[in-house]
Amino acid sequence: MSEEIRLPLTQKDIESLNCGDAVLLSGTIITGRDKAVKKLKEIIESGEKLPVDIKDETIFYVGPTFKDGKITSAGPTTSKRMDGIIEPLLNNGLKGIIGKGNVSKSVQDAMKKNGAVYFAAIGGAGALSAKCIQKVDIICFEEYGTEAVYKFELDKLPVIVAYDTKGNNIYE
Amino acid sequence: MRTINALDIEKRLVETITRACTILPKDVKDAITSAQSQEESQRAKFAMDVLLQNADIAEKDSVPICQDTGMAVFFVELGQDVHINGSLSNAINNAVFKAYSNGLRSSVLDPLSRENTKGNTPAIIHYNLVEGEGLKISFLPKGFGAENMTKLYMLLPSVGKKGVVEAVVDAAKSAGACPCPPYVVGVGIGGTPEKAIEMAKHGLLREIGSINQDKELNELEGEIKARINELGIGASGFGGRITALAVHIEKYPTHIAGLPVAVNFGCNAMRKEEVVF
Repeated sequence: MSEEIRLPLTQKDIESLNCGDAVLLSGTIITGRDKAVKKLKEIIESGEKLPVDIKDETIFYVGPTFKDGKITSAGPTTSKRMDGIIEPLLNNGLKGIIGKGNVSKSVQDAMKKNGAVYFAAIGGAGALSAKCIQKVDIICFEEYGTEAVYKFELDKLPVIVAYDTKGNNIYE
Repeated sequence: MRTINALDIEKRLVETITRACTILPKDVKDAITSAQSQEESQRAKFAMDVLLQNADIAEKDSVPICQDTGMAVFFVELGQDVHINGSLSNAINNAVFKAYSNGLRSSVLDPLSRENTKGNTPAIIHYNLVEGEGLKISFLPKGFGAENMTKLYMLLPSVGKKGVVEAVVDAAKSAGACPCPPYVVGVGIGGTPEKAIEMAKHGLLREIGSINQDKELNELEGEIKARINELGIGASGFGGRITALAVHIEKYPTHIAGLPVAVNFGCNAMRKEEVVF
């Protein structure tokens, strides 16, 4: 049986996670991908206040499908597209990333430095992931549609720890 | 001369698109089931277990298998003795708009302004004019996790068959976990660059487990599949024995100075559907 981890993550939980562990994530996360992460990076760099509190948060790289306002499919998207834009968020309190595939050395270093962890969700398993979402709230960038920043309440999303705070990487 | 109404085509395609995005084809499901039983890596087994549960949920609840319902790609085989009453291209695009506006993700946008076209149009349509009075339309929604890993190699003719194998293995190696393994590998050998890529994509439509009628290509498929699986990428890139479910090769004559090789991946949600009119 996989262990259940509560979100937002505590530093104790983050440190106890080991690369390769299969865990179930429950609790709140924020979403963001290409367009929103780029915008958040620009806001941080301009010194303005972010429209979303990212301190201790976990971000899920996802662009869900909706039907009648309900999310029907929501699996992870390729993390490496966010490689060049995620570091400012990690340097400003972000503690977890949920995505798929490897991330750059530079992002791994930023995670290690900031005591953050990377979870790989199962690419292609959008219908199952959507079943794990109990509640959805829009936070900002509503005009981005599927790429907006949402807050999800998760119930047991199956993931694997892909990069831990000791620097172990499942893809390498 | 046979007449087919564009409106009838549109209606059937709306159903086809929705079904393709929600029901994982039997051959793909069977291939993942078999890979799951052969796999030794517990992490890869876990990933494939999630994928099989996911396919059941999607089918039962009529929801998209994957949230990336792709860019809509069609291969149309149109008999030259068919008259279409109305516009075939409009029928296809209208069907895409209707299906995607009803619960599928509209991911298509202007490449530069990044402004969404809303409704996932336009579709990518490959027309092939053939003899007779038939009309066959094959649909595959292509997610961009896999599409972004597409490779085209303009090899030197002197590298021969060995060079072709190395190129395809290189494409798989550099793609890593991005095309969502376990996947189907479509390979196009020969022709011109665009012809090679089109063949690689068309190869994804072939049934997994079917035998390539060309003996040489059949052997090459086996060799490349074994080599890719030796890379140890595994399901979701978690490490494991099975990365490629199948390798499907198509070839076409090429120029004396060239040896084009294209690789296109079909992710674990290898959605495809064919309609014959």
